[in-house]
Amino acid sequence: MEKLTPQAIIDSFGKKLGEGFIGSSIYEREIAVKKNKFRSLWIEVKKSAFRDAVAHVCHIQEYPHLAIISSSDLGTEVELIYHFTIYYGEHLQELSLGLRVKLPKSDLTIPTITDLIPGALFTERETQEMMGVEVVGIPDKRRLFLPEDFPEGAYPWRKDEKGPPNDMLRVLPGREPK
Amino acid sequence: MIQEETKKATYTIPVGPIHPALKEPIRLALTVDGEEIVDVDIFAGQVHRGIEWLGMNRNNAIQNIYLAERICGICNICHPFAYILAVEQAAGITPPPRADYIRAITAEMERIHSHLLWAGVAAHEIGFDTIFYLAWRVREEIMDLIEYVTGNRVTKAIFQIGGVRRDITEEQFPRIRQSLDYYKSLFGQLKRVFLDDKTIRMRTKNVGILKREDALKLLTVGPSCRASGVTKDVRQDQPYAAYADLDIKAVTPDMVTGTVVGDVYDRIIVRLLEVKQSIEIIEQCLEKMPPGPILAQPKTAVLLKTLTQAEGEGVGRAEAPRGEVIHYVRLEAGQSTLATWKVRAPTYVNLMSVPTILKGMQIADVPIAFASFDPCMSCTNRVVVTDRASGGNSVMSYEELSRLSVEKTKELLR
Repeated sequence: MEKLTPQAIIDSFGKKLGEGFIGSSIYEREIAVKKNKFRSLWIEVKKSAFRDAVAHVCHIQEYPHLAIISSSDLGTEVELIYHFTIYYGEHLQELSLGLRVKLPKSDLTIPTITDLIPGALFTERETQEMMGVEVVGIPDKRRLFLPEDFPEGAYPWRKDEKGPPNDMLRVLPGREPK
Repeated sequence: MIQEETKKATYTIPVGPIHPALKEPIRLALTVDGEEIVDVDIFAGQVHRGIEWLGMNRNNAIQNIYLAERICGICNICHPFAYILAVEQAAGITPPPRADYIRAITAEMERIHSHLLWAGVAAHEIGFDTIFYLAWRVREEIMDLIEYVTGNRVTKAIFQIGGVRRDITEEQFPRIRQSLDYYKSLFGQLKRVFLDDKTIRMRTKNVGILKREDALKLLTVGPSCRASGVTKDVRQDQPYAAYADLDIKAVTPDMVTGTVVGDVYDRIIVRLLEVKQSIEIIEQCLEKMPPGPILAQPKTAVLLKTLTQAEGEGVGRAEAPRGEVIHYVRLEAGQSTLATWKVRAPTYVNLMSVPTILKGMQIADVPIAFASFDPCMSCTNRVVVTDRASGGNSVMSYEELSRLSVEKTKELLR
């Protein structure tokens, strides 16, 4: 498949997802002496269009590279960013694509993408145990990093009452407990 | 009956997830049918230290550079590298070009030392301790050079947001070139030792094969995916720092053998050629290094204030010796700690291909096949072997596994 420009990629997402497409931005920076461009794309989609969006990434690039899912606690909602890279394998051609989806805390679920990208399993398991986002249809529900005796219902990356309990945190000498 | 139960219980009691005698903790559960491995399960996280949590709750953005250095004892250039790239993107800071070159030089020195360290470990895993000593002796030269350039052998503490903390001056160039020449003169010998030796070939050819398609599906990165023929290298694909000025080509094994098999032998080829590539990159960087300042903002207090007021997000990607490292950082105005920090080291994704490569292999090949991925949690320190026929479970120590591997080499030599 022919390589699209960053703007054309964004347009194709808009066309494909329609209502499910929320917004996008292109980040560009010149680096070092030759001022070659470093480019990355950010696309935000609705949760309902999320699966279609990932399928579209797989359509643009056969075997897209999913580096990681990052998750942020934004107060009333949790933001997941799926960090893809596409067009790898050639000098200066690669693009980073951050696919953003926001979930309300009342419904912290996201469908799995392991059927499209088998290697997404570890990061989905991590997101599940660390942020408390339920990955629906995940083939392996076990914890990845947290020990078995870590309390149920506590999630280390959360900044609300579901974060790690206070008695698990060591306060450094000379500091106040949070 | 009671006796039977007691016996089973003794078999499954683990030696403790972190045994003091072992190097780094990870547990593999292998299901075997006789000698053949039929299934593999991985248990990670025995030493999850909550580093991201510290970055989000305790440290400010500058302190996090030094915390990021301590994520890994070997990759302590590439983690801060990816981290500062992410913060610079989030806060809109541009480092001076000279700093870009110094960053690339130190990162390539790290690659040389890491690959030589791996070469030693790999030789040790198949019981070739002479080569292990040789590789680590040869590695000392680059460690001395790292100390000469950065002031430290291990945690280099040379990175700063918006630049580097130490310059490389003209007077230092001859000493750096001297070390590079030393490695160039040795390259032929190393190549002969690792690629032409009959025993190494017997133990590594057609062992631990990862097919190109599997490498892509399981998101494998670094030399492990390049050995399977995927031309993926952040320095080439989406170059950062001084790499953007250089014409870097991802190393694949067909450059030597003409074909791609994706076995342990191919991974040796890739790492060997990458040592050579790193030497060339350092030479080019020394040649092209532009003059100028090394820091965008030399005053740390001012920098910290800028970072505290900054709002934004950024992604930093760097090619570590083991593959792509990625850091995601989100800054919120008025908050000195990071709002979000997500770190992904290359072993995280490379571990996922371990079940694929181990299936169908012999237990004695586990150490070298697993080590060929250069996993950051080192070797297969502890393996649970489940025999499908008897249903019994036993914990195999690293020493025992290692003995099996060494014995296999000896048998082949007979």
